[in-house]
Amino acid sequence: MKKLNGLKLKHRKNTQDSATIDFPLPEKVIIPMSMHMGVPCSPLVKLKDTVKVGQKIGDCDAPFSVPVHSGVSGTVTAITDYRNAMGTVCKAVEITTDGKQEVSEEVKPPVITDKESFIKAVRESGACGLGGAGFPTHIKLNPKTPIDTIIINAAECEPYITADYREMMEYPDDIIGGINYIKNILNIPKAILAIEANKPEAIKNFTKMAENDDTIDIFTLPSCYPQGAEKVIIHNSTGRIVMEGQLPSDVGVIVINVSTVAFLYRYVQTGMPLVTRRLTVDGNAVGEPKNIRTVTGTPFVSLLEYCKTNMENVKKIIAGGPMMGMSIPDPNMPVVKTSNALLAIKSYDDRKTSSCIRCGRCVAVCPLGLMPAEIEKAYKIKNIEELKELKVMLCMNCGSCTYVCPANRKLAESNQLAKALIPRK
Amino acid sequence: MNKLVVSPSPHDENYVKTSVIMLNVIIALVPAFVMSAYYFGWRSIMLTAVCIVSCVAFEFICRKLMKRDQTIGDLSAVVTGLILAMNLPVTLPPWIAIIGSFVAIVITKQLFGGIGQNFANPAITARIVLMVSFPSAMTNWVYPFWYQNPTDAVSGATPLVVNSTEQYSYLDLFIGKCGGCLGETCAAALLAGGIYLMIKKIINPAAPVAFIGTLALLSAVSGGDPLYQILSGGVFLGAFFMATDYATTPISTKGKVVFGIGCGIITFVIRSFGSYPEGVSFSILLMNILTPYIEQLTRNKVFGAKEAVKNEK
Repeated sequence: MKKLNGLKLKHRKNTQDSATIDFPLPEKVIIPMSMHMGVPCSPLVKLKDTVKVGQKIGDCDAPFSVPVHSGVSGTVTAITDYRNAMGTVCKAVEITTDGKQEVSEEVKPPVITDKESFIKAVRESGACGLGGAGFPTHIKLNPKTPIDTIIINAAECEPYITADYREMMEYPDDIIGGINYIKNILNIPKAILAIEANKPEAIKNFTKMAENDDTIDIFTLPSCYPQGAEKVIIHNSTGRIVMEGQLPSDVGVIVINVSTVAFLYRYVQTGMPLVTRRLTVDGNAVGEPKNIRTVTGTPFVSLLEYCKTNMENVKKIIAGGPMMGMSIPDPNMPVVKTSNALLAIKSYDDRKTSSCIRCGRCVAVCPLGLMPAEIEKAYKIKNIEELKELKVMLCMNCGSCTYVCPANRKLAESNQLAKALIPRK
Repeated sequence: MNKLVVSPSPHDENYVKTSVIMLNVIIALVPAFVMSAYYFGWRSIMLTAVCIVSCVAFEFICRKLMKRDQTIGDLSAVVTGLILAMNLPVTLPPWIAIIGSFVAIVITKQLFGGIGQNFANPAITARIVLMVSFPSAMTNWVYPFWYQNPTDAVSGATPLVVNSTEQYSYLDLFIGKCGGCLGETCAAALLAGGIYLMIKKIINPAAPVAFIGTLALLSAVSGGDPLYQILSGGVFLGAFFMATDYATTPISTKGKVVFGIGCGIITFVIRSFGSYPEGVSFSILLMNILTPYIEQLTRNKVFGAKEAVKNEK
């Protein structure tokens, strides 16, 4: 089977041996009502309410949404409008912590008897994909079509990030436990734990753990970017092709992030919803790169300072990895459920764009075989028919084309802009 | 605290820039240049310098007159000048070489919008224009080391026009001990440059392999001498340095194969049946013109894309 191609990046996994450090409780947290893909929640708390750890503070009737919980105990000191890195505006609840970290009485292990009660519990946990996209987990685990394989995405293919790797090194039992739990309750015969080849320790450990279990395969992905992209990981580990307009479940597959699986396992035991997460703090402006576990709502700037970052030097702050992460305008923005990395960069690329020399590097590197240079041309003249024919809608914005372009053209960006020209059906 | 820069992803970049690519092409041409100086003497160095300087000067003036960003820094004009020089006979008067640079940079490249926008290879077009305009000056060949013995060094025939009895040996052709343009005689130097570019992933082997392979195959089938055919004339120079030009050849590997095969066929036909002894330049130029069509027909199949459903009206 021909594997999809990709890009050889410098791994820069500087923090792979940095054990997770618990961040001291911040004085104040700002919890946005939208930390997931889907409809934002409405706050359930009012100004001056006291909240406890694990208390639900935001929810929404829409099915494509997940509730929001507080990770701290304290008092609500503000409810504001908040613009996230995507530009979406939602409410955010500011809580001043009291330091007691009293656990809410809402927090108790869920009663799970069958698939329905499990899916309901997953929703109540506030779980969404921890790999970065934040797709609501209860929707992912409840597809309309029968599933024969669940792929646990442990590719972590972006440079710098080691948050999932630390989960694998520190909580391997939760991961295997979670895989078995999901497999049993959803009646999925087979699980594939897909790990990129640059994590040999994790591959070795899990291969040993799953030695006597033939329902769990440990699969080594080639070490090239973007192995963690859904279509790529499905194709490379099962040979199946998710066609245009299809979901992974249409080919009998669910792809779920490895840290999400471990979280779900802990949730069904303890009932503590998703209120903390691990993120990698790194980048060339960061003095001491670390893996940090903190409550959602912690301001990024406090993490950077904790990691000995001289804020004077910082030119760019990226929430997420260097390839697909988002640069943020304000260092006071908070850690959200999907923050897998926080990078502070000293320098940024401000060279001018020059003419396309038609070298074809963008075409050669696109994992899906798109032609970014042609898409850019069609985008400039707003040729919608041509854009459709070039299949721009399939672009997943992995950024490989922009990365390799010798003329410094922002091809991934023009792909996204081109998508907006195509009318949705 | 600085004002933070906000820009779309990716935030990482690699360092292979246009100028780095061009620099690598220049490095790859160094062996051919050194061999040309060795075989044809100081005049070859002078002619190369004239071509490079005039190409860069024309590029500079053009960009200035057209009020566009200056692009001499990307080194593409240096590459054009160098390749053009490699395509000229050593006896050529410098003023003709300057006309060649004008055709290459001004007419073929800048009038179409500059780097990446030209549909025909600048150096090839210049060579053909000069060949048609100054046929005797452009075919005034000399033997290697003519400078040691200038009195009787006239009209060294190229390997493609000699009688079968005076044929050069394969070794002479490989090391370039034969008549011809500055940079095209030494197959070994060109091969070394070509392999360097392939290792550096600057060029894709598809087009040169298809070009040389097709020519060898056709001459073998027609009862010719395939090795002699591919080692003589401008085949290696054309295949490695001009049939791999980014702007004027197809982007996809499939397209590059088609391009290479086309070059091979046309070169063979001109050499066997045409009135010109050499067909490499014409073949590349003709295939340059076909490139947009090849491009259309050899588009990549997008992973997971549904075949377009044709609207039946």
